[in-house]
Amino acid sequence: MADREIMSSEIADVQPISPPSTLNLKEVAGDFVRGLWEEIPLFRLVLGMCPTLAVTTSATNGVGMGIATAFVLTSSNIMISILRKIIPDMIRIPAFIIVIASFVTITDLMMAAFTPELHHSLGIFIPLIVVNCIVLARAEAFASKNTIIRSAADGIGMGIGFTLVLILLGSTREILGNGTWFDLPVLTGIMGLFNYEYQPMIVMILPPGAFIGLGLFVAMANMIEERRKGKK
Amino acid sequence: MARLIIILTLFCLVAAAALAKVDDITKGPIAEQERLKTVTALKAVLPAFNNDIDKDAKDLVVGQDKKGRDIKIKFYTGKMDENQVGTAFQVIAPDGYAGDISILMGVGPDGKVSGIEIISHKETPGLGNKIQKAEWKNQFKGRSIDDGTKLAVKKDGGEIDQFSGATISPRAVVNAVKRGLEIYEKEYGNGG
Repeated sequence: MADREIMSSEIADVQPISPPSTLNLKEVAGDFVRGLWEEIPLFRLVLGMCPTLAVTTSATNGVGMGIATAFVLTSSNIMISILRKIIPDMIRIPAFIIVIASFVTITDLMMAAFTPELHHSLGIFIPLIVVNCIVLARAEAFASKNTIIRSAADGIGMGIGFTLVLILLGSTREILGNGTWFDLPVLTGIMGLFNYEYQPMIVMILPPGAFIGLGLFVAMANMIEERRKGKK
Repeated sequence: MARLIIILTLFCLVAAAALAKVDDITKGPIAEQERLKTVTALKAVLPAFNNDIDKDAKDLVVGQDKKGRDIKIKFYTGKMDENQVGTAFQVIAPDGYAGDISILMGVGPDGKVSGIEIISHKETPGLGNKIQKAEWKNQFKGRSIDDGTKLAVKKDGGEIDQFSGATISPRAVVNAVKRGLEIYEKEYGNGG
């Protein structure tokens, strides 16, 4: 009985009965969704912590860094997937790095030209996307083994997952540490209504706040995941 | 082996070509943004002017550093219909809480400060970085070298506010502005 099941699944693998487009669509959706929770980079893969800790002093910075990383991740995933049959195994890492570094430089120049404010506040962390582990990890673990569309979906999903956490952490730190959210006076405004002056928790803007905030969020994510597993 | 070298070289060539193209496209806008940034800061520290201010700039040697090299400062002169309204130049406060603070200051023909602007700093958010607040920066308006000891933070017996928990950053800025006024006095003399 069990043997027959394995055999039938093998046959299904070798000879796709359903048209490839619908089969792909499900796979592609799976690749996309995986980056949003199941393998969300910062919580479950715990990759790319360095820029996360450094730039999330405000929600705006989180959005900027997230979009820049998502762009590099998606473009390099697509490019590496296109080139995956040309790149010899022995030199795959340098080849990946060249592709990633090119896209990072393009992003850096584009941001300097068209969003100078954001470029200024993110500073050195834009060029440092080159060494963000997520980008190389997805290139090595996914894009170099999968089709272009699936790699693109993986890149976009992972990118959005990364961005969401950056915005979450950036918002928390900005609201507590500065009383504002996207430069809007949220806490300061509410406290102002009651004639109190909001005394910001400065530590949240400083580096220790990044560790405290991220630590609590990772703990929360782990708790939710435990619950979810427990229910199953 | 040779194949690997060729492939990697090809990768680099293609990447270089692509980057050269992108650099070509973005070079103009980046230079324009830099210029805009300078002009915006100049507008903030000087009274209204209508000349092409970044062309009316000159480098003046204001002293020598420890190794005997000339220290140059760029002086921008603002003019309204050919009448000089003020001179702006950048001073650096090396004694901030965390690294250098660069300050752009404007001085009118009467030797009084017309405004200051913090160009870059690494002071602590929430404490030292209050030096960026407009209310604080406005305290420098109208100050001149004749103010003497009044041009200092209150803790040092002057008239400029410090912040609770942060005296070093305001003091560094005040000292830099003072030095800037001295330089201005030396270069342009009484009455500019």
